Amino acid sequence: MTVKLWRFEVSSKPGFRDVHGQAVLADIRECGVSSIQEVIFAKVYLIEADFDEVFAQRVGQELLCDPVCQDFLIGRSTVPAGPMPACVLEVHLKSGVTDPVAESVLLALRDMGAQTVEHVRTARKYILLGALTEKDRDRIIRRVLANDCIEEVVIGSDAEPPSPHTRPYELRLIELPIRDLDEEGLVRLSRERDLFLNLREMQTIQDYYRRIGREPTDIELETLAQTWSEHCVHKTLKSSVEFDCDGQVFHFSNLLKETVFKATQELSKPWCISVFSDNAGVIEFDEDTAVCFKVETHNHPSALDPYGGAATGIGGVIRDPMGTGLGAKPIANTDVFCFGLPNTPHDQVPKGVLHPRRIMKGVVAGVRDYGNRMGIPTVNGAVYFDNRYIANPLVFCGNVGLIPRDKCFKHPQTGHLIVVVGGRTGRDGIHGATFSSGEMTHQHEEIFSHAVQIGNAITEKKMLDTLLQARDAGLYEAITDCGAGGLSSAVGEMGAELGAEVDLEKVPLKYQGLSYTEIWISEAQERMVIAVKPENLEAILKIFAAEDVEATVIGRFTDDKKLTLRYNGVQVGQLEMDFLHEGICKYSRKAVWRTPCLPEPQFPSKDSYTEDLLAILSSYNVASKEWIIRQYDHEVQGGSVIKPLMGAANDGPSDAAVIRPKYHSNRGIAIACGMNPCYGDLDPYQMALSGIDEAVRNLICVGARFDRIALLDNFCWGDCSRPQTFGSLVRAAQACYDGAKAFGAPFISGKDSLNNEFVCEDGTRIIIPPTLLISAVGIVEDIRKCVTMDLKEPGNFLFIVGLTRKEMGGSHLSRLHGQTGGTVPKVDLNLAPQIAQRLSEAIADGLVRSCHDCSEGGLAAALAEMAFAGGLGIQADLRGLPISQDCRTAAEQLFSESNSRYLVEVTPACYHAFAKRMLNLPFGQIGEVVEQPRLQIRDAHQRLVIDADLDALKAAWKNPLSLG
Amino acid sequence: MTTVHAVVLRAAGINCDLETQHALELAGAAVQRIHINRLKENPALLDGFQILVLPGGFSYGDDVAAGKILANQILHHLRDAMRTFLEKGKLILGICNGFQVLIKTGLLPGFNGGGQTSFTLTDNDSGRFEDRWVYLQPGTDRCVFLDPGRRIYLPIAHGEGKLVAKDAAALEQVRQGGYAAFRYVDAAGNPGPFPVNPNGSVDDIAALTDSTGRILGLMPHPERFVRWTQHPHWTRLKINEQEPADGMMIFTNAVRYIREHF
Repeated sequence: MTVKLWRFEVSSKPGFRDVHGQAVLADIRECGVSSIQEVIFAKVYLIEADFDEVFAQRVGQELLCDPVCQDFLIGRSTVPAGPMPACVLEVHLKSGVTDPVAESVLLALRDMGAQTVEHVRTARKYILLGALTEKDRDRIIRRVLANDCIEEVVIGSDAEPPSPHTRPYELRLIELPIRDLDEEGLVRLSRERDLFLNLREMQTIQDYYRRIGREPTDIELETLAQTWSEHCVHKTLKSSVEFDCDGQVFHFSNLLKETVFKATQELSKPWCISVFSDNAGVIEFDEDTAVCFKVETHNHPSALDPYGGAATGIGGVIRDPMGTGLGAKPIANTDVFCFGLPNTPHDQVPKGVLHPRRIMKGVVAGVRDYGNRMGIPTVNGAVYFDNRYIANPLVFCGNVGLIPRDKCFKHPQTGHLIVVVGGRTGRDGIHGATFSSGEMTHQHEEIFSHAVQIGNAITEKKMLDTLLQARDAGLYEAITDCGAGGLSSAVGEMGAELGAEVDLEKVPLKYQGLSYTEIWISEAQERMVIAVKPENLEAILKIFAAEDVEATVIGRFTDDKKLTLRYNGVQVGQLEMDFLHEGICKYSRKAVWRTPCLPEPQFPSKDSYTEDLLAILSSYNVASKEWIIRQYDHEVQGGSVIKPLMGAANDGPSDAAVIRPKYHSNRGIAIACGMNPCYGDLDPYQMALSGIDEAVRNLICVGARFDRIALLDNFCWGDCSRPQTFGSLVRAAQACYDGAKAFGAPFISGKDSLNNEFVCEDGTRIIIPPTLLISAVGIVEDIRKCVTMDLKEPGNFLFIVGLTRKEMGGSHLSRLHGQTGGTVPKVDLNLAPQIAQRLSEAIADGLVRSCHDCSEGGLAAALAEMAFAGGLGIQADLRGLPISQDCRTAAEQLFSESNSRYLVEVTPACYHAFAKRMLNLPFGQIGEVVEQPRLQIRDAHQRLVIDADLDALKAAWKNPLSLG
Repeated sequence: MTTVHAVVLRAAGINCDLETQHALELAGAAVQRIHINRLKENPALLDGFQILVLPGGFSYGDDVAAGKILANQILHHLRDAMRTFLEKGKLILGICNGFQVLIKTGLLPGFNGGGQTSFTLTDNDSGRFEDRWVYLQPGTDRCVFLDPGRRIYLPIAHGEGKLVAKDAAALEQVRQGGYAAFRYVDAAGNPGPFPVNPNGSVDDIAALTDSTGRILGLMPHPERFVRWTQHPHWTRLKINEQEPADGMMIFTNAVRYIREHF
């Protein structure tokens, strides 16, 4: 038999819903094209194989098509007859892009007995019915159907798909002369090769090559660029800083070490096992087990390709715990997003930028598909909206892992084999690390399409399953993930103290044609590097092979402290480890902070604030995120205790997640976050403290121990070469030190992403607001004592613990009324930890029926949420509210977002015990739980300032983000 | 007392195997998790077990269609072993992706000895993956896994869970023959639109059994509600720890059945 190209098209049977076609039609309408009446979808399979017509019919019938609801045809379908104009578009993957469905089809064809199958590809075919201008067609292609980074669209029913075949690679060693370049030449070299190295760094490299007396090869420069990228070494946060804060001068010789790290060092908690040194921070869980936690950002890729960027974001951060110590088992994901406003008109979206709605849908789908497929519950998160994120969406993905106490450290040694496990290497993700370290422009979409990585969760899941078996069998000595910088970073880091030699031609490739440098710096996903003793090699390879996971020896660790790279026996690069890891020049930077003088917001006194409350509940930042949450599997692994949505109708917003990671223990892990970009413009120091206080509050609310809280920082800022921008970051870093010390909550890991700026076509710059995400992990002694935020029983008392101050700056009420200035909420570093500790003890003693913190929207919003989550009303009276002297008006008392405040429901039987516990703290009885489903709040003069039906409150809160 | 041996099938992308093992162990079974590759090499491995569970997950990424590639492997490598397994009176349980696999192999509902696909599970009407809790009313009294008449509460978590019949005749046969093991209902036991029926399944059917009542496939996840703190509003309930959580019904009945019959 000869090999022939078989083309199959599979589409919905008449009478069955064409779900994909309809979804695309809805997206087309959403992007403003109303002339299309219908979209018909077909999945296309292109199979190059030697089977005959009879077998091909079987393939269509038994494998590719679902005979109940789908039809298939071999060949090409024609457009439906009729007067309606039709446009046929086929979306193919670009040459070299991984096609996981094709791989599964190949496997299935072999199961069916097919002999020679040379190639399988898949594509999506859309028939658009309705009048369509060329301009609209191109817009639909760009904005709805295809991602230009990885896909190619073929127009017309007869057009040929792109060829999948790539040329083989022949070794050509490239030297990049650097020794004789002048300054201009160095800058040009860096720019032309997309190295993102600045002049000083290029000069440092030039000096090195002058000293050793030769020119660098391309792979050496690329390795240096990866290793020295902002993404990998955090040169800004580790620089020395002259900081002028409102005239007061501070000096730091290493900002990070003297703020965030320093708090951890000084706290010196015995339950911290590994901090800031591995891929994730590690703390004690119980006698045998530890917890690790890491949060990463994947901002730039998600701006270009929301689905793929977010998917590889979560996929990447899952590999961090997997690559911590000797490998943790991932048990929970977190996700926090910042987007532009979903209702932004299309003509206000800058060129080169996707609409916030498209970004949001794509990002959510990416996290959903990857996290759900991995079988890791996504349990906690948050979403913030601000149009300064329109061109730089922020995508924070976190992962929590569980690891045996005796597997928390790695020990690579000379002579160990370097083994790459998991996915194959392709051209995807080249320059991701360097690309993500720079700012973006309207042309990025075209220039950096190759920087987007392609994810395949099943490859990662298979790898995880086998790695855990190999770990438990003690068959490898070290592990790390291939993240930013690919093999270059992974091998470079693991061998930093030893030296390593790698034979690049041994790395398994997705397709031929990659140069030695592309192999080395590719950020292709789902790969881990392990160090294996030669005597264990056979046993470990057997474990991988048994479950179809690829693992290949690509080199060994040496003792010469050099990184040696070969291709087919030819040395293509050699770098001294010392220079690679320590050679980067130290920076000193200037930072300035001037506290803005803006007037306090003024709110006219009113008789009723019910409308304000409804408006705040329905603002995007406060509104229910149920549409997102339910798309995530938050219960897989069977450990869920406090789910993201709880309450009488399973829709109240939980403060934190709790999981029980071991089936035979009642000990739990609580996970929460805190973030307040709204405060950052006014006071980044208090913004950061507020984030810490909020994260701690959220943990305390569900029943976490006060004395076992660990924090993670993620700084996302603009261009920190501007002293003002850097100044706000330094303020936030100072707050991290103060906050961590005050709460006794050490930072255990962190990451930064700078240069989140976008230069529009006309030169205007969109800069994100200073954004610090604080993630927190805590221990729950006995999960059966956890509490939730929904009201439980009529007749119970409602207390508020914590002081309400006149702190309206950055509040939701201020935003609602267009007020920009004012005092932002502060954290009383003495009082806040005391409140948190006492409340945590009260919950552990079983004195609390429900607990919720006051955050966005203040007291009024928190009361509303507790009420509608429990389906029970509240009679509240502001006379019971502990307030500062100046917090006089009902508006301030209802909507101030003062920190460190908790609303607590207590039964009459526990009233005295609870009150005794809170003695000497600012607390007061603010109301009572009632049967009647209304929220009624009276002010100091007994006027009914809020009076609302729970259904109305809940509807206002639930509807805005139901995106369908 | 007979030791009941259960096997939980693993494959690329299966991800509910550990909690399924745990649920079976709580019910008293001795459990092994075995990869499909081992069964392909040696189908006789199945002989040592009386309960086969196909757990949830995304086998092979749900490429082509949910459960399709794993179903194809079973059809081409384990057809005889599965037949023997069933002929000996043993039990097969498919949860979520496992149900999708059983449907796509034709084992469910398995009219005329199986092999034909008369039903399928396809994209939810909502067009997206949903994780939410649902009430389930038994629709038959001849399936060994359930307590006839006992309504239970379980979570679903799937994107392709809408049951669709090939034609009216197939649906009628399911209705008349007691093949509908569970239907989606509200807390009071009445049918209703989304979210009561979370995916648009025909006739509100959430689970199917075969003519013997010894195969059960269901979209909801019983292994995710085996203790009370997994309930979505357990903090509101007066909990009796002694009373088993709803999901245990499926596993306990399976283990008891084997004890009584082997």
